[in-house]
Amino acid sequence: MAAIIEVQNLSHTYSIGTPFEHIAVDHISFTVEKGEFLGVIGHTGSGKSTLIQHLNGLLKPTEGDILLGGESIWKDKETTRAARFRVGLVFQYPEYQLFEETVYKDIAFGPKNMGLEDAEIRNRVLRAVGFVGLDEAILDKSPFDLSGGQKRRVAIAGVIAMEPEIVIFDEPTAGLDPAGCAALLDNIRAYQRATQATVLMVSHSMDDVASLADRLLVLNQGKVEMLGAPKEVFSHAARLTQIGLAVPQITALFLRLRELGIDVDPSTYSVEEAVHQLLLLKGGSADA
Amino acid sequence: MLKDITLGQYFPGDTVVHRLDPRTKLLMVILYIVALFLCKGFVSYGVALAFLITAVVLSKIRPKALFKGLKPLLIIIIFTAVLNLFYTDGTVLVKFWIFKITREGIYNAFFLVLRIMLLVMGTFLLTYTTSPIALTDGLESLLSPLKKLHFPVHELAMMMSIALRFIPTLIEETDKIISAQKARGADFETGNIFRRAKALIPILVPLFVSAFRRADELATAMECRCYHGGKGRTKLKQLRYRRRDVFSLLLGVAVLAGIIVLRRFGL
Amino acid sequence: MSEAVKISDLRFSYPSQTEEAPLRIFDGLNLTIEEGAFVAVLGHNGCGKSTLAKHLNAILLPEGGSVSVFGMDTKDEALLLEIRRTVGMVFQNPDNQMVANVVEEDVAFAPENLGVPSEEIRRRVDDALKAVGMYDYRKHAPHLLSGGQKQRIAIAGVIAMQPRCIVLDEPTAMLDPHGREEVIRTVERLNKEKGITVVLITHHMTEAIRADRVIVMDQGKVLLDGTPKQVFTQVERLKAVGLSVPATTQLLYELNKAGCNLPPDALSTEECAQALYAMLKA
Repeated sequence: MAAIIEVQNLSHTYSIGTPFEHIAVDHISFTVEKGEFLGVIGHTGSGKSTLIQHLNGLLKPTEGDILLGGESIWKDKETTRAARFRVGLVFQYPEYQLFEETVYKDIAFGPKNMGLEDAEIRNRVLRAVGFVGLDEAILDKSPFDLSGGQKRRVAIAGVIAMEPEIVIFDEPTAGLDPAGCAALLDNIRAYQRATQATVLMVSHSMDDVASLADRLLVLNQGKVEMLGAPKEVFSHAARLTQIGLAVPQITALFLRLRELGIDVDPSTYSVEEAVHQLLLLKGGSADA
Repeated sequence: MLKDITLGQYFPGDTVVHRLDPRTKLLMVILYIVALFLCKGFVSYGVALAFLITAVVLSKIRPKALFKGLKPLLIIIIFTAVLNLFYTDGTVLVKFWIFKITREGIYNAFFLVLRIMLLVMGTFLLTYTTSPIALTDGLESLLSPLKKLHFPVHELAMMMSIALRFIPTLIEETDKIISAQKARGADFETGNIFRRAKALIPILVPLFVSAFRRADELATAMECRCYHGGKGRTKLKQLRYRRRDVFSLLLGVAVLAGIIVLRRFGL
Repeated sequence: MSEAVKISDLRFSYPSQTEEAPLRIFDGLNLTIEEGAFVAVLGHNGCGKSTLAKHLNAILLPEGGSVSVFGMDTKDEALLLEIRRTVGMVFQNPDNQMVANVVEEDVAFAPENLGVPSEEIRRRVDDALKAVGMYDYRKHAPHLLSGGQKQRIAIAGVIAMQPRCIVLDEPTAMLDPHGREEVIRTVERLNKEKGITVVLITHHMTEAIRADRVIVMDQGKVLLDGTPKQVFTQVERLKAVGLSVPATTQLLYELNKAGCNLPPDALSTEECAQALYAMLKA
């Protein structure tokens, strides 16, 4: 696998030279592999939002650099602008950025800014609508007449329609009900499988990212605390709790079982796997 | 970043000037402004300046902060100074090409610049030492006699304080929307005026939609907290004139009276 | 114990903006809530939870049937202020329910509206801020606080009315896990220590578990009503209406389906661990 994003010694300080000066990201380095699903976790103020706004050039590093496909996104003006389209960023509560008269026009805003031809824009809008699980009939409606969940999907389609190589989702399920969350996460997973895009997802919910991500990046106070496969990260449950992050419920349960002297794997996080392990253990004890 | 703009620049403190009743401060500023416009010569300007300096020293506000407030007005100040310098008739001192500088012109320009500076710094001192909420309360109280004429004093004050409350929230929101649209390739920096104005639509529409939504939710929340207009409303902090307010007001009146007297002597 | 809320045969619909038929929300809803209870109301978006909340303090009035709170009919206009004072309301977005740009002024808003004398307002504001653990922040500007802190200020603003019941409409939907915990703990304490009736509307199952009673709504009707243990063991029925169950409950459910014999109502991590321990050591 090849690295698609390289974050090199990145630092960002807000309000330099004022009493409000504050280091949000503190000399971070890591790489994202092409086609991987990277979960980004950290509590509020850990530097997550600042970090992701660097990846498409919205924020300029105070120090360090961002490489996209081996090339600095700050090489020249064109490269910086191109980075906006290569890295799609879906902000938190993206439905609040809708502005056009129709859903179609709103989704077409990004592709239009890319300077694409009308036919190509149309293709992309239709594909994007499909990915987020909306019906084409919605395209002529005003985005402001839709339900909250539909608005969110339209806004996501607006970013996906630019067909970026990398998509970053910042808390995509915030404020949705459980059914809405599950459906949206399914869409994101299906999108990634179909397009082979690299996906980064910022989330508070360990249960959500654990089931989707290939690797997890844990941020704490502007620094990388951990980076690895979910199982690896959750094996440091005590440290996660210490920095104010909850571990998935199943992990917490298995940690407790271990304390009670039962030999389970404490980095387990999915219900299926837990069922499997427990049934094996039960079978084992019945045989003995 | 828009976030860095400071609005309602209030420097909290616990000096006499800070503790004065906001109504006193408002009235003093009014007296001070009237006095400034009646100033005629060096002596009266000197009195006004002394008054301002005393207030600044007592407030412990750094003079630098006050001068900083003058910066945005620099062009206006220079412009008026130049106009007065060249376009006042009187005893000609220097003359070149179509320009002439008169003795009266120099006086006029100097006094005008001094007047603007004293005026701006005086009002800044008010906002620096009075919290926006105290200012609103003070205004509401001072204007309350107008209620008899069915002037919506309370509603006005309520609107002002809600506006103050929501300015930081809306600025933050604007920042967010700008970033989100930039992420979709919106370009706010290139093109002619017409193009740039059009580029603002993706920011303004979401901003208005959100402001209306906020207003709607806020109205419900206010109703839930028993808001029913200004009738029968009490206040957490009641404004009360104290002895220091009386003294300050007397001082303010004395300065104004003094300047009126000086004016009669052309000083 | 007396009844805090009594809803009989409530019918309500929103007028439609287009020519379509009006949007019917309730068609004969019956519900009572005892004074001092901590009730969680669950349901997917659009099931009528928020509309129900707005009926409890006369922001919305019934089309048919009646809603009474602490014996007061919400249709009685003379009682409007008293009803709103008695049943306080906290909403989802903390930013959109703050009026003043200083914390203590915001908390003082309701008592000011009620014409409470100044010294009494001072006392109530201080007490309310202490009750939510935000007294040290009384001079702060709300926009500089975290989401959880803002929501606690909103709760303090309601407590300053000295209500007998607080209705919270998805108060944690916009918060991070830390903020959520702050808010729920505050609400729990107010319920236990001050005996305030709490109606918590949420779709976080982990919050609902902490209530005494859970009501699941679907299409304007009460679908399930009981203790958290009674409700959360109905895994199939909850899933059918788009709700999830806590992962531990799901685990026990799956294990029992596979032939284990575990108590399905071991809700907390600790209870669940003990049950599994007992099974494996048997």
